[in-house]
Formats: sequence, C-alpha cells, structure tokens
Amino acid sequence: MNSANQILVLGIGNLLWADEGFGVRAVEEFDRRYACGDGVTVMDGGTQGMYLLPHIQDCRALIIFDAIDYGLDPGTVRLIEDKDVPAFMSAKKMSLHQTGFQEVLASALLLGWEPERVVLIGVQPEEIEDYGGSLRPVVAATLDRVIAIAVAELTRLGVKVAPRDGHAPVTPGLGPDPLHRKAYEEGRPSETEAYRKGDIRVLALRGAE
Amino acid sequence: MTIQTANGFSLDTSGKRIVVDPVTRIEGHMRCEVNVDSNNVIRNAVSTGTMWRGLEVILKGRDPRDAWAFVERICGVCTGCHALTSVRAVENALDIKIPLNAYLIREIMAKTLQWHDHVVHFYHLHALDWVNPVNALKADPKATSELQQMVSPSHPMSSPGYFRDIQNRLKKFVESGQLGIFKNGYWDNPAYKLPPEGDLMAVAHYLEALDFQKEIVKVHTIFGGKNPHPNYMVGGVPCAINLDGDLAAGAPLNMERLNLVHRRLKEAYEFSKNVYLPDVIAIASFYKNWLHGGGLAATNVMDYGDYARTPYDKSTDQLPGGVILGGNWDEVHPVDPADPTQVQEFVQHSWYKYPDEAKGLHPWDGITEPNFVLGPNFKGTKTAIQELDESGKYSWIKSPRWRGHAVEVGPLARYILAYAQGVPFVKDQVDSSLAAFNQLAGTKLTAKQALPSTIGRTLARALEAHYCAAMMLEDFDRLIANIKAGDRSTANVAKWDPATWPKEAKGVGTVAAPRGALGHWIKIKDGKIENYQCVVPTTWNGSPRDPAGNIGAFEASLLNTPMERPEEPVEILRTLHSFDPCLACSTHVMSEDGQDLATVTVR
Repeated sequence: MNSANQILVLGIGNLLWADEGFGVRAVEEFDRRYACGDGVTVMDGGTQGMYLLPHIQDCRALIIFDAIDYGLDPGTVRLIEDKDVPAFMSAKKMSLHQTGFQEVLASALLLGWEPERVVLIGVQPEEIEDYGGSLRPVVAATLDRVIAIAVAELTRLGVKVAPRDGHAPVTPGLGPDPLHRKAYEEGRPSETEAYRKGDIRVLALRGAE
Repeated sequence: MTIQTANGFSLDTSGKRIVVDPVTRIEGHMRCEVNVDSNNVIRNAVSTGTMWRGLEVILKGRDPRDAWAFVERICGVCTGCHALTSVRAVENALDIKIPLNAYLIREIMAKTLQWHDHVVHFYHLHALDWVNPVNALKADPKATSELQQMVSPSHPMSSPGYFRDIQNRLKKFVESGQLGIFKNGYWDNPAYKLPPEGDLMAVAHYLEALDFQKEIVKVHTIFGGKNPHPNYMVGGVPCAINLDGDLAAGAPLNMERLNLVHRRLKEAYEFSKNVYLPDVIAIASFYKNWLHGGGLAATNVMDYGDYARTPYDKSTDQLPGGVILGGNWDEVHPVDPADPTQVQEFVQHSWYKYPDEAKGLHPWDGITEPNFVLGPNFKGTKTAIQELDESGKYSWIKSPRWRGHAVEVGPLARYILAYAQGVPFVKDQVDSSLAAFNQLAGTKLTAKQALPSTIGRTLARALEAHYCAAMMLEDFDRLIANIKAGDRSTANVAKWDPATWPKEAKGVGTVAAPRGALGHWIKIKDGKIENYQCVVPTTWNGSPRDPAGNIGAFEASLLNTPMERPEEPVEILRTLHSFDPCLACSTHVMSEDGQDLATVTVR
C-alpha cells in the first residue's frame, strides 16, 4: 500500500470527545482543502494505537496533528520536531487502551524505523470532557494556522500541495460521511433528549469545590 | 472486619489500603483499591470505573445504518468488534439476513481481529508483567538459542547470532537515557521470575510480533476497504467480488487479493503455533507456583457463543456459549440476550439512579441517569477521593448479572465453556498444552486446577488466537468454494430503504470480542435510533458489587494474592492485565513525559 518513500499526514485523537478530536478534524479539513498527489498519505488515525504501527514504519516523513497536553493556554499551537516528539514505552499502564502514540513511535524506532523528519503540530485543548461534542471555537480557530504549517512543511519536503477544486473529500482513508464534522455536529441529540454531563466531579472541578 | 459475600468470597478490610489509580487525561478510567493483611496478602479488593459514558448520548436520533461508524470510535483497540456487533444488532432488529460470502468475510475479519488483539495484548501489554526486558541484557545468546529450540523446535529464528543481534538492539535503546523506552517499570521487583535467557527470548518474539502486525492488518485493509477503521455495512460487506478483475477495473476483491489474505492467514497460524503459544507455556512454567488470580473463573463463567459454522444457527457455534455456575462443568445453562429476565444491569453500587435499585434492568429498558454520591466512609473530597467506600456507590460501571449471578467473561470463560461442552479442537488444545506445561514445570495439574488462574486466562487467550487462525483457514476455503460455485453476492440490500422498516423494532447483536461477551441492544423508531445500550466485557468483569453483595470478576481475582512489595503493584497489574481491561480510549493526548500513568498510594 505504502512505499518507504511515503510521507504520512496523520491526525490522531478521539472525535467523540470534543477537542480530543482535533487531530482527526485537522486532517479532514486539510484533505477538504488540498490534494497532494502520489507519495503522500492523509490518514485519520483515530485512537488506533498499535494498528498505526505499519503505517508509521512505512513512511520517511511523518506529520502528526494531535491535541497535546503541555499545560499551555487553550488553543495554543505548538510545533514539536524530530527528537522532541515523545517516544517511550510504559509498563505501568493499566490497559492496552492506554497505549499512547508515544509508544507507537517507540515501537517503530525499536523496529529500526529511521525517519528523516517527524513533526507534531499540537494544539492545547480547551474541553475534552464533552462526550459527543465537537471542537471548541478556540481550537477550531487554529485550523487555518495548523493546516498552513503542514502545507509549508510538505512544501519543504518537496511535495506539490494543490488546492482542491471541488469540495468533497476524496481521500478514502478518512472516516465515512456521517462522522464528518458537519454531520457529526448537526446530528447530535439535544441536551434535553440525552443527558450529557455525566461526571459530576468534572463539573465540581469547574465550580465551587 | 470479615465479610462473607453471597458468592462465597471472604473479605477483610482491616489491613493497609493500597490505591492504584491510573492518571490519564480524562479523570482516570479504572482504579483499584485493595486491603492487604500483615503478610501483604490481598484480603479485600475494590474495582471502580471512573468514567461515565453512555452511547445513547451520541446515537439517539441518528440513522441506525450509521451506528457502526460511531461505535467504531468508542475505542481504538476494540474498533472492529463494536462495528460488527452494531451491524448485527441492526440486522437482528430489521430481520436482515446477510449472504454467505458476507458472512464468511465478516468471520475472517472478526477472527483476524481476535488473533491480532490477543497477540498485541500479550506481547505489548501483558508480557511485561512476566518478562523483564532489562534483565535480557544479561542473557547468554547461546543458552537462549538452546531454550528456543527446546520450547519450539519448529521456529526458524533461533540461532545464537540472532539473539545476540536482538540483545545489541535492546542495549542501544536501554542505554539511550534512563532505560530509554523502558523507563516505566518495576524491574528490580522479585516478582519477576524468568532467567535472563527467557527474558531475551520473549523480547525477540515481542519484536517479531510487532513486525508481523504489519502483515496481518492487511486482511482488514482488503476486506474493510481501508485500515485503520475498516468499513462495515448493514446487510453485508462493502466489497464487491470479481475474481478475474484487476484493481483498475474497480473490483476490490480479486484472486490476487484473496491469495494475499490466504498467505497472511497461514503465517498467522504458524506464528501462534510456533511462537505465541510456546512462549506462554514456557513463561508459565517459570511461574508454576504463581497460580493466583482465578477468582470467579473457578465458579461462574458466561459467553453468548460465536463463530457459527452455519449462519444463524447457534447450535453450530464453534465457541459455544452458555453459563456455568458453582464450578459445575457438567451443566451448561443456555443464554438468551433477548430474554428480559436473564441479562440485567444493577446500579446499587454504581453512580446511577434507578426507580428501584434492588432490581436490575434489561438493556432494552436501560436507564443511564447519573447519581454521583459517595458512601459515608469515603476519605478525601468529592473531586480528590483518597479512599472509596465500597458499602455505598463507588463506580461508573454498572453491575450486569445473569439471572442475578456475577460471572466472568472473556477467552478463559469461553475456553472453560468449550472444554466443558467437549469441543474437540479446544479439548485437544487444552490437554496438550497442559501436558507440555506439566512436563516443563514438573507438575501434575488438571484443567480444572490450572485454567481458573491468571496464567490460565493468559493461556486461554493464546489458545483462542490459534483456534481463530485455524477456523479462518477453513472460512477462507469455504469462501473461495462459494465464489467459484458462482455466488458473487456480498450484500442484501432488500431492506436498505427505511421505508421498508416497521415503525418500531428492537434487536440485539452479540460478538465474542477479545475481552469477552459483547452485546449491543438497539431500539429503532420511525427509522431513527430510539435507544442504544452496550454492555461491554469490562462492565461484566469490572463491575462493582450488586444488591445481593456478589463481587465481580476483577475484585474476586485479586483476593488471596500475596504481594512482594505493596508499593509496587506488579501482582495487581498482572492479574488485571490478564483480563485485558477495556477503558475508554481518549488517552492519546500527548504529554511531555509518561511517568504518571499510574499512581500508587499505600495507606
């Protein structure tokens, strides 16, 4: 599917948890706006953990969009490059479900992956505790900027990035239509129909206690 | 104070309390508290899910044909099983039967996922509970080669030079900083029992397993159109068959692609036979005195049954379902997920509200109304709980029960059920692997003694992976024969249009998911989703106590386990990991260091 000359543009995160879905929404929007031609794979990686390993191993350059927790102000964009991109294993996790992307990267390195370039385009989330919610305005507002960063990076890597004429996303690697941001947001059940605020401790954290 | 539980366990809360709480982005997900006695033996266990999630919040009012795409995003590990369960639930509600090709393709996808998930679980998560990668640096490559040839003579990668290379690679990583990528571990804990050669062999196989992943996921790419997030479809599979076509002609499934699938399936079969299974048996033999962790598996187990040889005929399930109670393997009770008196969820100890909490509710009638109150004896504050009070409400997980009984679900439950029901493949597997274990360990354990344990759970998963590989090869042959006989159908679209649906319908879908019995219950009204409830395996296993006082599988499994060092919960993690707990996946926000994946507090 891929060759070792591939460049992978990867969005990761869980789109069901508001700003946690930043990476997925960023690749979706990138793909809506730009076509890159052969040699570039645009991928919605979701929270796939180790399933992403083969795709990582097969690329020479990796551009990642992800929500990051670096203790910054919400909506702050941070560019993290090459060796500064976290890559480590953990034996202390409770579950396979805590396999962070840093472990996928570490596993790839362990298998001899030698990327020319790794760029993490991160945004500090504002809200991730809203199950079924979408990007908050402060995070959605970074999309233009983060996509421009990716375009500049791809250009530097020698890729011709061309604006798309049509509007429909054409990359088959991205999610099916009902998950696209607009359909996802418009189809959300109302708060009276389905109670959203599950965890009162989270509410309490923001309130008095 | 000692309490006798209704299901026969003895709990003593008087000793030191140890709290293990994974710190993740969203409030942690699963937390475990235990009391140990003066000899550091666990005498009480409290398992709590710390995260609320109800899928109806997301799915209510949406198109039932889209539900699979949303449930595929619940979690990054169980992706395909939720999607499959969802399409089964919708098809059950609307009485849609899928064509044989679609059935076999879904079977191959499900078993590939099962195989892959078990292999990744063992090598990527669970092996580090038994294997010490840092210790592998001390191994003699020649002795490792001899060990390899003894435990698995058919595996070609076994030369001293091969193991020396692996050791050098490992060295490079360990030396690049403070243990480099292995910095998060309890590597000097005496709970690790393998000789360095065993550790090095396991590390080599960990790398082989990682490498092979790349190949096996291609099966999903071919049948599911893409990977990650393969496509599913109500009524069949979203791929057309044209054996003579090439890809340019727009026929995704041709003979060349099918041959590639076949090669991958055969490689998977070889890997589980020559690497995964021998590793589990060899590692287990070094832990022959550590037969803890059985808990509920010794008495009560449950599965819905799966892998029917004849579609829609449960009597042909190759992993038959049922319930075993009280450790009586001679009697298997039938399970019906649609019967409102069988599967019920209780909330007396969960942070939800029911009109009458002495009673359970069937998922079709499920209510998810949060009610976060803590028992009178909790310590700390509402937002920073130091110690839970398990006499009150203490978990975001509900307590599913079968006719009121707490049961364990998962590969071990399925293997006990299949063994008890005399499934020939399973019986052979269990008996021969046990014989191999007894020979290496110098023991004489029977299936009934060995299986209900942490090691038994780990062995059952390896056996199930291999059984899946064997079943898939047969599915593949049947698929090719059916296509060659002229059947090209991959979807039944007679009821694709909602205008053909009844005004109201309800259905249930079940799957033997890697972690255990998975069920989705759907109610459809006017072509839209009215209610959607998932009861996932970790809800069964990680459930809090019920109104009758029965404890769940996680809690039961930790009892009576001695800990080497209470401040290093190697034994707790080892047993909890053996269930492969499913926690909602939203831990993919990167942080600068991962030191805080779990905190441990001893009080």
